[in-house]
Amino acid sequence: MAQAPEQTAPALGKDLLGLEELSRGQILSILDTAERFKEISVRPVKKVPALRNRTIVNAFFENSTRTRVSFEFAEKRMGADTVSISTSGSSVQKGETLVDTARNLEAMGIDMVVIRHSSSGSARFLAERIPSNVINAGDGKHEHPTQGLLDLLTIRDHRGRIEGLKVCIVGDVLHSRVARSNIHGLKRLGAQVAVCGPATLLPAAVAELGVTVFRRIEEAIEWADVLNVLRLQLERMKSGFIPSLREYNRVFGVTRARVEAGPRDLLILHPGPMNRGVEIDSDVADGPHSVILQQVTNGVAVRMAVLYLLSGGRAEQAEAVKQGGDP
Amino acid sequence: MPVHRVDTAVRAGLSFRVLHPLPHTPAPAVMSDSQRRSVMDTAAVERALARMAREVVERTGGTERLVLVGIHRRGVDLARWLADEIGRTEGVQVPTGSLDITLYRDDLMVVGPRPVVGRTELPDGGIDGQQVVIVDDVLYTGRTVRAALDELADFGRPRRILLCVLADRGGRELPIQADIVGAQVPVPEGGRVEVLVPGTDGSLGVEVVGGNG
Repeated sequence: MAQAPEQTAPALGKDLLGLEELSRGQILSILDTAERFKEISVRPVKKVPALRNRTIVNAFFENSTRTRVSFEFAEKRMGADTVSISTSGSSVQKGETLVDTARNLEAMGIDMVVIRHSSSGSARFLAERIPSNVINAGDGKHEHPTQGLLDLLTIRDHRGRIEGLKVCIVGDVLHSRVARSNIHGLKRLGAQVAVCGPATLLPAAVAELGVTVFRRIEEAIEWADVLNVLRLQLERMKSGFIPSLREYNRVFGVTRARVEAGPRDLLILHPGPMNRGVEIDSDVADGPHSVILQQVTNGVAVRMAVLYLLSGGRAEQAEAVKQGGDP
Repeated sequence: MPVHRVDTAVRAGLSFRVLHPLPHTPAPAVMSDSQRRSVMDTAAVERALARMAREVVERTGGTERLVLVGIHRRGVDLARWLADEIGRTEGVQVPTGSLDITLYRDDLMVVGPRPVVGRTELPDGGIDGQQVVIVDDVLYTGRTVRAALDELADFGRPRRILLCVLADRGGRELPIQADIVGAQVPVPEGGRVEVLVPGTDGSLGVEVVGGNG
């Protein structure tokens, strides 16, 4: 510890926009760091001073409870100062553009923006225009990288590895940024990935992402080690994707009978919020295969890791410190 | 002071106490690892650790409410060694813990995130009201110890905290001194001290690497 030169963590770059851009090494570095950070949330003082001189804005232009609260806890536990803004009650309602909002926030001296927005690509749009670190907390139907990472961490916790596992993403893949982040992250770490859902809720070219397609949930359960059950995004469906919720549950619902008929000890994830009795039945969601609440716990650790790894110092300052002697 | 004299003195079982540490000179960025000199061999380190274990118990008045906390990585190995030594002489197994101070460093945001190498794990009984001995391999600027004190404060309020290091190389940048020292190890300009422990390096010893000496 005293003076031996230490190695720095694999750099993540300025922003976290999606798992598609991350290498295997970068993803593993986030997961390993998150693994260490879990312990901070059970300390008597659940707070470390690592980000104490950082100011972070959570800009949530779309509703969220879990992700916003999870980011806020992560930021506070890393010692950062935080502000949260949402669409209602902000100047966004007065017609201010995204970039103007962000530039005004930057003028008050911020270091990072966590953004949730209904438009795909909004996080990248912002990242290219402001010097602060940008973390995508869900942009339209594009990606939700921290959800993908916490799913990876939860699977790895329970199965000890990702490589070689068969993971099936079930349900509304079409509208799901969670699905896209999962597919990229899982494949980067060497899992086999499949999707299962009604044809109307699968993207037309989904096979091009290198995934297997199952039309029947029973076949998916027969094949998979892990099911990631997506929320049916009722608010994004104006009309016509499915005949009725009851029929969806009857054909694609993850029910206890189906889970118990499967050949393997399934692991069942759900990004929340759940539509109980639609895509997942209560006795599965609360049952022994479910790791849904551990996903939530892991979410805080993963976000702490992302904040920590993105908050990196400036190269020239690092050089100055090295010249002055390593502590 | 020429290094070979320290070597001889340490082999003779002596230790130095320098009340006014050597002024710190900034290390140049490049140093040659080919210049590597042993300043304490296995026997010397074992003798120093045995004495340090006795000093710990002497300073704390026995093993009552005593906790040894090592700083990652080599401090953890040394803390366990000291605990075993105390166990042999006092017949009591003293609880040990570990601290990873990475998240408490004062230069974290300047040098960028470091890999978090170890867990912070304190004994089940906690540290409230305990006599905590912080154990590290090398004491240099004092910044690591400052971070460890801050981290410990977030886990409770020990009755007393002592600092125990195997090698004190001088060069303090903060008003921090060790209570129990294995050996003073002067280091030529640009050099560094490396402590080798079996758990991490496969052997036990203290070496000075590089520098103009």
